[in-house]
Amino acid sequence: MPSLDDYKGQMPAWCPGCGNFPILKTFKDAVVELGLEPHQFTIVSGIGQAGKFPHYLKCNTFNGLHGRTLPVSTGIRLANHDMIVIAVAGDGDCYGEGGNHLLHAIRRNINIKLFVHDNQVYGLTKGQASPTSMEEMKTKVQPFGVLSEQLNPMALAVALDCSFAARSFAGDISHLKEMIKESIKHKGFSLVDILQPCVVFNKINTYEWYKKRVYHIEAGYDPTNRIEAFKKALEWGDKIPIGVIYRNNRPAFEERMPIIKDKPLIKQGFDMSKIEAALKGFY
Amino acid sequence: MDYSIKIGGEAGQGIQTIGDTLAKVFSKTGYHVFTHQDYESRIRGGHNFFQIRLSNKPISASRNKIDILVALDKESILLYKNELSEQGIAIYDSSALRQKYEGKKLLDVPFETLAVEHGKDRIMANTVATGAVLGMLGLKLDILFEIINDIFRKKGEDVIKGNINAVKAGYDFASKNCTDCSFSIKEPAEESLMLINGVEAIGLGAISSGCKFYSAYPMTPSTGILNFMSEKAEGYGIVVEQAEDEIAAINMTIGASFAGVRAMTGTSGGGFALMVEGLSLAGMTETPVVIALGQRPGPATGFPTRTEQAELMFVLHTAHGEFPRLVFAPGTPEQAFYLTNKAFDIAERFQIPAFILFDQYLADSAWTFGRFDLSKIKYNDYRLRGNDFKKLGSYKRHAFTDTGVSPLAVPGDARHVVVTDSDEHDEEGHIVEDAETRIKMVQKRLLKKIPLIRQEMSQPILYGADKPDIVIVGWGSTYGVMKEAVDALSPPRPPLIKGGQRGGIAMLHFSEIYPFPSSPKFLHILNKAKKAICIENNATGQFARLMREETGYEFKYKINKYDGRPFIIEDLIGEINAVIG
Repeated sequence: MPSLDDYKGQMPAWCPGCGNFPILKTFKDAVVELGLEPHQFTIVSGIGQAGKFPHYLKCNTFNGLHGRTLPVSTGIRLANHDMIVIAVAGDGDCYGEGGNHLLHAIRRNINIKLFVHDNQVYGLTKGQASPTSMEEMKTKVQPFGVLSEQLNPMALAVALDCSFAARSFAGDISHLKEMIKESIKHKGFSLVDILQPCVVFNKINTYEWYKKRVYHIEAGYDPTNRIEAFKKALEWGDKIPIGVIYRNNRPAFEERMPIIKDKPLIKQGFDMSKIEAALKGFY
Repeated sequence: MDYSIKIGGEAGQGIQTIGDTLAKVFSKTGYHVFTHQDYESRIRGGHNFFQIRLSNKPISASRNKIDILVALDKESILLYKNELSEQGIAIYDSSALRQKYEGKKLLDVPFETLAVEHGKDRIMANTVATGAVLGMLGLKLDILFEIINDIFRKKGEDVIKGNINAVKAGYDFASKNCTDCSFSIKEPAEESLMLINGVEAIGLGAISSGCKFYSAYPMTPSTGILNFMSEKAEGYGIVVEQAEDEIAAINMTIGASFAGVRAMTGTSGGGFALMVEGLSLAGMTETPVVIALGQRPGPATGFPTRTEQAELMFVLHTAHGEFPRLVFAPGTPEQAFYLTNKAFDIAERFQIPAFILFDQYLADSAWTFGRFDLSKIKYNDYRLRGNDFKKLGSYKRHAFTDTGVSPLAVPGDARHVVVTDSDEHDEEGHIVEDAETRIKMVQKRLLKKIPLIRQEMSQPILYGADKPDIVIVGWGSTYGVMKEAVDALSPPRPPLIKGGQRGGIAMLHFSEIYPFPSSPKFLHILNKAKKAICIENNATGQFARLMREETGYEFKYKINKYDGRPFIIEDLIGEINAVIG
């Protein structure tokens, strides 16, 4: 069985108090509890403070480009669906730069677990607005406040029939751990939007701000009811629900792709003797 | 024997079906064939043509005279009447075109009426036309019947019978009524030849190299590869995924390659512009990928369905940062097949991005060949897998080595983790900021690899006189037309120039472009020539610039064509003669 010792990584270069620390700690606890070993999964991350995440534990890592976690993850899953693939991105990375990929990864329902470290601000580039920044938030670049409407990732996910959509909070680590585990166990595309305070650049959405507002979704809630889920997804402001907002059991893309149904692509050898038949088609 | 057939009409009228079928009949009979297509960016209407040349000797380009014109619209007659050779004849259907033309070069063949009478369906008018062409040439019909049987097997006996009757009707009509037809068909020199175009050859080269993953966004002229790979997906175990955009296509390709399979993407200039960031990612993470880049005239959307060689500098210099890349520009479908294989091999061996740079002309032109030789295909799995990976004591994805090439392991195959990063990284793959590691990584990734890759590059092909006075130089798809120009401009009996003596004309053709092959030999040929002419399908002479950059040699003479159309033999000969004086 793996232990936390197996997950010792590099020294984090995050700011003291960063919401990424509890996420990192909780993620390690979750994978240890799931009995996962470092070589059994790959984290694909982008650029931003969240992009550094995989370096601070130990696992197969592809730290790629800003916004491009999902297509790289898709390529890995299609080549080897025995490999668990976790995409880690920030709100700017995934909802801004890589927005188009998110739409299509949800459509494909490819079995990628996307954890968005959503701090509602750009950290690495020092404090500009992100797609999830609240309207009227003022920054150096948005001196008149954010004029565009705040993106609602949960409403987007429900609208696109995303097979697993959950929200959690870096300040509630027992809840976060459950969401991470649920997500990893889910068969299909999964989006976990993690509310994460940025202690340096986001003076609005602080630990205190979130703590006052977040609440656990009530026990009787049915996340398979899409209409109810959409209503739940629209809740934001004085009360912010955390938990599984929506789920369905659409079959994953990998199960529907005939070529890899029985065996991962990397386990299928190359048979040169079959090429002659392809050549014959041109005679 | 050397005949050209042109089929002209609107998009959607089926000119490609007639052209493909005739080309197949000729190649299966054993004639050499060269086809080229000219079409507009639209699905219906406009004006397109398909040109087929057939001979009993190898051919590799189109000529400017037509012997048989199949006119499916009025415009074909208007545009190409003057291209008809001395014995040339145009056939058309006066009832379909609602116009009757006078003159002995114009033969009215009632395609539609014969289709209804004999095939029981007006849709078979094109089949009648195909039969009529064979009737004019006096070729046997049995091979066409075989082809019809193959195509319509699933549609049932009635459809097959209808088409065969339609062919016969067209054939008989032309045989009887084309009193001015004076074509003399010789026996074919070969038994049966293979017929293949550029994109099919690239696709075939990919599957012969063990390519398991292809992701692309459709874009002319690369879509043919996407179609080919999809058609072969089931039989050859290839995952083909149409990406949401080209950025996704290259990133998926990189992901699949990182996971452990040979992977490829394809696009054209505009799509490649979007991929450029991903190209740099492949360079930094040392992930092998093959990119098929089909050029068409730009800038921007340009001429979407036409041809140009204007992306050489783009492909050589684009992407941020410095990293090695491989660029091949095949001149024929045969070269495309073998070079695609070589690109896969070198990409994986050196863990770099590799390009097959082609264009619409090569993509859509079908050529005949004997057989491709699978024994020349190289397949080495350079990845570290399974037990070989498991038994290592430790593993570093980007370990420093003498060659700069680090072990490329398949993640998940052993307990070691595989780590890579688009940031500058250490041997393990983790982010670093220090200067010392940076210097060592640049040396490993770039400086150590380039000379080794350069050693793999073949010399340009020298064709024609071995100590030429006149040298024509080109790259990529101009191979065929330059070769025919050399043939036409060479003395009828080659030994006219005695061994050791200088004289005559030759072609130097580059298909392995970058890293630029190093050799004083071709430079010597250029320096000794009285006149060396660089021939390119672009406006500025990009290859000439590359030659100067790499060798210091400066071309005094250039022939550039940038109208979006390929070179035609007679036109090129005229331009070469103008330079020779």
